[in-house]
Amino acid sequence: MSEENGKKPAGQALQERLGQAGDRMQDSQAWASIFRPGSIFRKGYSDSPRNRSYVIMNSVMYHLHPVKVKRHAVKVSYTLCLGGLSFFLFILLTVTGIFLMFFYRPTAAQAWDDIQILQTAVGFGLLVRNMHRWAAHLMVLTVFLHMARVFYHGAYKPPREFNWVIGVMLLQLTLLLSFTGYLLPWDQLALWAVTVGTNMMGFTPVFGEQVRFVLLGGVEIGTDTLLRWYVLHVLMLPFVIVIFMAIHFWRVRKDGGISGPL
Amino acid sequence: MTEIPEHLRKRAEEARAKAAGTKGDSSSSPESDTPVASGEVSSTDEKIPAHLLDRGKAASDQPAPVESSDPGLGTGPDGNTQRLLAVVKSGSIQDTKATPIDKVHVWPHLLVIEFLAALGITLFTLLFSIFVNAPLLELADFNKTPNPSKAPWYFLGLQELLTMFHPMVAGVTIPGMGLILLVMAPYMDKNPSRKPEDRKFAISLWTVHLMFWAVLVMIGSFFRGPGFNFVFPWDAGLFFEL
Repeated sequence: MSEENGKKPAGQALQERLGQAGDRMQDSQAWASIFRPGSIFRKGYSDSPRNRSYVIMNSVMYHLHPVKVKRHAVKVSYTLCLGGLSFFLFILLTVTGIFLMFFYRPTAAQAWDDIQILQTAVGFGLLVRNMHRWAAHLMVLTVFLHMARVFYHGAYKPPREFNWVIGVMLLQLTLLLSFTGYLLPWDQLALWAVTVGTNMMGFTPVFGEQVRFVLLGGVEIGTDTLLRWYVLHVLMLPFVIVIFMAIHFWRVRKDGGISGPL
Repeated sequence: MTEIPEHLRKRAEEARAKAAGTKGDSSSSPESDTPVASGEVSSTDEKIPAHLLDRGKAASDQPAPVESSDPGLGTGPDGNTQRLLAVVKSGSIQDTKATPIDKVHVWPHLLVIEFLAALGITLFTLLFSIFVNAPLLELADFNKTPNPSKAPWYFLGLQELLTMFHPMVAGVTIPGMGLILLVMAPYMDKNPSRKPEDRKFAISLWTVHLMFWAVLVMIGSFFRGPGFNFVFPWDAGLFFEL
């Protein structure tokens, strides 16, 4: 068509130059220092059993996955991805939660206004808050369904008994994370839902009043409660749950991967 | 160099002597049969385990190549013979797996699935968040108790129990016992089988347990109206916020 003078069309020339630039970048020392041998981003990656092993073995993924798993372990119909989805939702909640922290002050005088401003005046504020809220409810659901799935498969049986115990801890931590987050908007829904919840805990035998006092940071829900639950929600409980998750994932591998077919 | 065990050396010498002796006369080989075939256990043979001895006996019952009429068949150039000392059964030294485990590479098989699942749930959350807003009611007011006041949905089962039992039972004893049972489940369930047909009781119990909470949460969420009284959502409307 337009190749009369031996000239290539502009699009093709641009493509070639981009390709050359890409090659030069992949040749550079900096690139090779970032991507270890076997990385799919390294120059000359080809699909071979050796490189497939290197992709895991030479990357941070090796902390989570072995190089190979049982063929049965990749069947979606067995796990329904529920454990992985719970973990991914936790990451999604961390990312959206960090965004929300930039616009929120945990005091009774400011909290509700901050959320109002976040929703009306901050770019993507409403969307990110929505995502944080729905992902949180979804995570409670996926953790719960994951537990149901594990029981139905008898996957808590030896040698996986202790990992089940860790899992029950993770369920409780998930519920606590969700519940502490519930108070933070400081609206009528938050205040009274938390009132109902903490009143129940006040009936703990013997030291019920003390439990309630420690949880609320006083005898009544107030601005001290808000600060206390905020710190629990954004720092302490995530810290604890990450430790438990690390043990949970490590034990999955040490116990021989996920449980075999029925 | 490892030393040749006494009994092996002795046996080899006997075999050599027998090979030398049978050159001319094949029928008379008295010393060759004595240690094993006669069944008498000499002092050197005591070190050999009984089952190996039996095996040696069985081997010596076979017509030995030496005893065949051709003298050159079982004899080496120096007069030595080859003998079967022991049969190593397969699996006794090398643990060969009867059925090798069928494995696949995590990259790409597992990582692609995980990536797609993460993408799917992100997309779902994003789309849902575009169309449905998280609730933000009016500012918290200690003087205005909403009617009904409800806990978050995952605690509504407990709140439902509050209508039936004393708060200490509903709020502490029942959930506390439930948690302890949940933690203890792997240690109480002694049934080693994971097949559903072998664990009908465990599966029934678990299903009843799940249904118990699911029903309580649903009643608490959708069938409780003002004063936490029982209502039908299609009559009285929905009193539920997520």
